[in-house]
Amino acid sequence: MTTTTDASGSASATAGVRRADVCCVAIAECFRGDGEIVANPIGTIPRIGGLLARASFEPDLVMTDGEAMFSNADGVVEAWNPYRSMFDVVWSGRRHVIMGGSQIDAMGNQNFAAIGDMKHPKVQLLGFRGAPGNTANNVTSYWVPAHGPRVLVPQVDVVTGIGYDRAAAAGAAATRYHSVRFVVTNLAVLDFETPDHRMQLRSVHPGVTVDDVVAATGFELVVPADVPESRTPTEAELALLEQIDPAGERFAEVPDA
Amino acid sequence: MPDKRTTIDEVVGELRDGMTIGIGGWGSRRKPMALIRALCRSSVKDLTVVSYGGPDVGLLCATGKVRKVVFAFVSLDSIALEPHFRTAMQTGAVETLQLDEGMFLLGLQAAAWRVPFLPTRVGLGSDVVERQRDEIRTVVSPYDDPETGEAEELVAMPALRLDVALVHQNRADAGGNAQFLGPDLYFDDLMCQAAKRSFVTCERIVDTDDLLKEGSHHTLRISRLWTDGVVETPNGAHFTSCVPDYERDEAFQKEYAASAKSPEAWQEWRTAWLDLDEDGYQRKLASR
Repeated sequence: MTTTTDASGSASATAGVRRADVCCVAIAECFRGDGEIVANPIGTIPRIGGLLARASFEPDLVMTDGEAMFSNADGVVEAWNPYRSMFDVVWSGRRHVIMGGSQIDAMGNQNFAAIGDMKHPKVQLLGFRGAPGNTANNVTSYWVPAHGPRVLVPQVDVVTGIGYDRAAAAGAAATRYHSVRFVVTNLAVLDFETPDHRMQLRSVHPGVTVDDVVAATGFELVVPADVPESRTPTEAELALLEQIDPAGERFAEVPDA
Repeated sequence: MPDKRTTIDEVVGELRDGMTIGIGGWGSRRKPMALIRALCRSSVKDLTVVSYGGPDVGLLCATGKVRKVVFAFVSLDSIALEPHFRTAMQTGAVETLQLDEGMFLLGLQAAAWRVPFLPTRVGLGSDVVERQRDEIRTVVSPYDDPETGEAEELVAMPALRLDVALVHQNRADAGGNAQFLGPDLYFDDLMCQAAKRSFVTCERIVDTDDLLKEGSHHTLRISRLWTDGVVETPNGAHFTSCVPDYERDEAFQKEYAASAKSPEAWQEWRTAWLDLDEDGYQRKLASR
């Protein structure tokens, strides 16, 4: 059995650690240092991870109830935030969104609009939703529950959320507030902290090898010489995860490997 | 104050082939479904539909009313993608203008304010702009940015000018002052302001004196300035939600979604739930 130490200094066991819990912690870590902004993690594990961050090391985060209200950890309404107000938040930059993506490429471009040509799609997906505005205005990270070469692709079919190359090509107005920060998957955490903003492997989840991640990625990843293991939850975090997700929805989204 | 009370059929009678129609609500929430059902039964065609899309868009596509959809999404909320819309897209049945949700707001606002466009960062670098340059263009700011000293190139979101807006509210008076009682107005007020003519359906028409009995003055967001007709359609947003009056009818929506599986299933659903007038629909629903 090995032990690791999290940023708060408490030891945690990695033996018996559940993959979904590691993913939730990795999502929570996306928000570390964000302070008093809207944390807007979309999806099952993202939402659980966001709530975990607020319940532990980022207590000032503002979060929605999924509808038109900002509510606190007890579900008490703090403020009214209908859809129209959310655009005020996004365009002010006071938000970190975690979106999904049917396709994501090495430069952080995202597609959830369509497979094939967007005007004559082979498969129609969600549409552009808020992805262009999110990526041009506030911090964006992505959640990929099933890391594979059909999701992490050399080129996305439609650019909904803009990556570093497309932002740069569109000019200073597009790069000014653009920041694609992390991609958290069921296998690993990735970032864009490279000279040319190509996606790099940041950490692998316990039980996953670097080769596993490379094989499951449809483009050439930047792989540093030393790739650490993703942080595992502390005992306190495990207790919080049980409180936040007593039904265990996280394990349905990411089963144990 | 004029009396603007009218009927579903009279409203649909105002619509013409080729019109651009804005539809209120969001996804499968507070859609003017009684009007949509009547529109599906009408002979009107070749519509451009502007909507934060839900089953309104799906039904109009499935009944062949639509030439073009202007959308950021078309969703049933609890079912991520509208299945009839998906079919229309994958069979090449409709043209599209695809937008970000926020560009949509700006387009309606530009139309409401009678300006040709509003500038935004939204869309820069994405295929909303890069693949739709014929409709979405950029503009260079006439001002140098005080921080960077440079003039930014921004998206010029064009006005989404509507011929007609159709929205559903919880309450209204006979003059067309309308009230939302749920947590979100969505963009129904902007739809009305962006349109040449606007029609409001509502759960109940009440005396103006009674509007403030159920909600604070904050809920009175659509003034009669912006409305041309008002129709009382109880349960008229069914099967979409119209809180606090009622929630979405999820079981019904599932049946509706399943009708996209085959032409036969669609024909069966259409016969059961579209080929009858609104009274018949509501009676049949009540007896389920």
